[in-house]
Amino acid sequence: MTTKTPTIGSIRNESRRLLEQWWREMAAADHAGRPTAYVFVMGSLGELLRAFDLPVNCPEITSLQTAVRGASLQYLQAAEDSGYSPDICGYVKADVGLHLKDRQHPNGRIPKPALVIATNMCNTYVTWAEIWEQMYGCPVFVLDLPAWRGTRAGAGADGEALRNDRRYVEAQLRDLIALCEDLTGTAFDIDRLREAMAQVNRMAASYHAVLALNQHRPAPFSAIREGITFQGISNLYRGSPEGTRFFELAREEIQDRIRLGMGTLEEKYRLLLAGTTCYAALKRFAEMFEQWGGVFVHSTYMVFAGGGFAPGFAYDLARPIESLAETLLLSAWRGWSMPMFYAQDWLAETVREWSVDGICFHGVKSCRTTSTGLPDVREWLRTRCDIPGLFIQSDLVDPRLWSDAQLKNRIDAFIESLAGRRATAGR
Amino acid sequence: MSGSGEREVAAILEECRVLVEDPTYPAVRRWREAHPGGKVLGHFQVYFPEEIPHAAGMLPVKIMGAGSTVQIRKADARIAAFVCSIIRSSLELALTGRLDFLSVFVTPPICDAARNACAVWVRNLPSLNSQVLYLPQNAASPHAAAYLRDEYRRIAGVVEEAVGRPITDDGLRRSIALYNENRRLLRDLYRVKRETPWLLSAVEAYTLVRAGGLMPREEHNVLLRRVLGLLPEREAKRQDKIRVVFEGGYCEQPPLDMLAVIQDACYIVDDDLLIGLRWLTGDVPTDGEPLASLARAYLDGSSYSPVQHDPRKPKPEMLLRRIRESHADAAIVAAPKMCEPGLEDQVNHIRALEAAGIPHLVLEFEEKMTVFEQMRMEVETFAESLLFDFA
Ligand code: SF4
Ligand code: SF4
Repeated sequence: MTTKTPTIGSIRNESRRLLEQWWREMAAADHAGRPTAYVFVMGSLGELLRAFDLPVNCPEITSLQTAVRGASLQYLQAAEDSGYSPDICGYVKADVGLHLKDRQHPNGRIPKPALVIATNMCNTYVTWAEIWEQMYGCPVFVLDLPAWRGTRAGAGADGEALRNDRRYVEAQLRDLIALCEDLTGTAFDIDRLREAMAQVNRMAASYHAVLALNQHRPAPFSAIREGITFQGISNLYRGSPEGTRFFELAREEIQDRIRLGMGTLEEKYRLLLAGTTCYAALKRFAEMFEQWGGVFVHSTYMVFAGGGFAPGFAYDLARPIESLAETLLLSAWRGWSMPMFYAQDWLAETVREWSVDGICFHGVKSCRTTSTGLPDVREWLRTRCDIPGLFIQSDLVDPRLWSDAQLKNRIDAFIESLAGRRATAGR
Repeated sequence: MSGSGEREVAAILEECRVLVEDPTYPAVRRWREAHPGGKVLGHFQVYFPEEIPHAAGMLPVKIMGAGSTVQIRKADARIAAFVCSIIRSSLELALTGRLDFLSVFVTPPICDAARNACAVWVRNLPSLNSQVLYLPQNAASPHAAAYLRDEYRRIAGVVEEAVGRPITDDGLRRSIALYNENRRLLRDLYRVKRETPWLLSAVEAYTLVRAGGLMPREEHNVLLRRVLGLLPEREAKRQDKIRVVFEGGYCEQPPLDMLAVIQDACYIVDDDLLIGLRWLTGDVPTDGEPLASLARAYLDGSSYSPVQHDPRKPKPEMLLRRIRESHADAAIVAAPKMCEPGLEDQVNHIRALEAAGIPHLVLEFEEKMTVFEQMRMEVETFAESLLFDFA
């Protein structure tokens, strides 16, 4: 008999409630014709938009949800029929399809964009935003975060270059504030921003604590099943007391799971995911590993899409705008270099510290931002660090690119090789 | 034109064609023989301010893929399958030692694939200083120019370190003057394309332009001046062909044979082929602070491409303007396979062309394509239907 405690199940229940509530807000905004901001998960600026009471739509999340609901294909096809290539990001196409279908999503109706904020964390954000610009004539604000420099010594700028970047980002934020004032007719209130930033600080601390709890053996949660819920809530509820409370609750539940000895399943292999999963085959993707006792304990996705929360992340509330600019830059630097472009060091460290047996590199056709150099990173880690890695390819949302039998063969063989290594190591 | 004039033009074009088709960068190797110890900076598409390395005595060269001239072997093991060809072939050139003359490699983060691929260069080519030049992506921001000047200064620092001496403002001004001259000559070449396209075929014009990215610009200027001087005397008759604008050659390059297929049926009177070489549309001032002038020119006096968002230059309208200004009858809107920004822009372009009632043909290409039968049929049918309409 397991001992029931009040927190077990609260992640599932509370995330469901929050997601439903978010969809109700979207429908209400649509119904009332309330100006809504479209933002992206990497550098969403939820805290700033909250200070203007602007409802926030995250199209990456709504696109992802079409796939989870098994409905992405009809949206993708609508976009392709209207001229979009099979070779572009499926998130973009699922979204274009959604707009072509009168913004009717399986979960509800989304409002039109009144403002788009696109950071350059992904260049596709910008071209995607231009599609809405053409469709609706809404303003597109590109928040330029020039954080990635690609030097061998370090991924970001330093010294005068960093100061230059900071000045530029801060000036852009001030322009964006003026644009939001114009759009909403509301004067900017720095205390409201400060309040939202304080919430983000608290959320970040809990978010990080939640992730760190998965170092425990067996892992108390799946980085690809619950990991997705965490990304969703951290983005949609960024800067709100409800978002903060969710992660505090999540932390409690996961601590309880550890106390009660509840892992996700019988854990034989601890795995790390480089990239994202396939949302069009979410359950199947997890099952193919789980049937062998393979558990994803962490993923690069939780680093780059999780709101830029680094260990020790905290805004300086005494100087909100400057601190926002600085943190956005540092988060962009971290998001690009550690889990994406220069993933080798972060992955090697995580393998060590989280007792990981192997890495699954999942290249998705949709996303060159995360997938381009994955084969190279895998090769680097294999040859220099003797870390086993599996490279597979499918997509985020396009079920046509999911090839079940082929993937299963590759995954089975990989797990077998992990078993072989273990036997050789005499563990 | 006299026989000797025509022979001279042919010889220059042949010299350029060799440069374009030889993946070993022969002009760079010649330059290095003539300049022992001379350093070379390679830069990936689309735009790079070559004046900065030039002022330091470096040779800047454009890295723009390898067409079908190399077999991709090593790069395929390093890059995911759904990435465009120019990223792979450029990396292949580097991994097979064909770019061993480079001291510095710079890529602007034009797209998700290019940005990510830079890290692959960094990992695999440890003796090469691979850098990202962060061109501003909020181009309309009033703060972008100051930011860019400082970013240029940072890159100037990288160059200074490579050559071991400082870049002076006067040196930069001299380089700006040289490149102004080059851009003026390229504008003249494009004027020939627009006004008398029968004097210079699309392939010839393209070869002449592309060679500029592969040789010292001083030499390119000499060669362009010579050709431009000879062209008016060329004996060529105006043919009954439709006038088109070709859009889609800003990054990955269409094969020469593809341009040949198009030119057989159409006059390409304007295009965005290698637009980076013509990104700055006017002269950059040679007085004042040179890096600031270059930065302002990049933002305020520049062309357009799928990899720059600037609300002051809505791309579909810019295309319509290009068509209007070149008195084109129609447009060919092409995009490289797997190119996210190009393929997305293509849809916006098609919508704008439809709304404006401008006939257009949509093509997709890859630098390494070698079979063009299908494309030839499409282009011919398109051109014939228009000739019939216009008749
Ligand atoms: S390319 Fe990748 S990061 Fe960019 S929008 Fe598409 S899925 Fe998101
Ligand atoms: S062709 Fe397109 S995808 Fe490829 S490097 Fe150029 S811009 Fe990027």
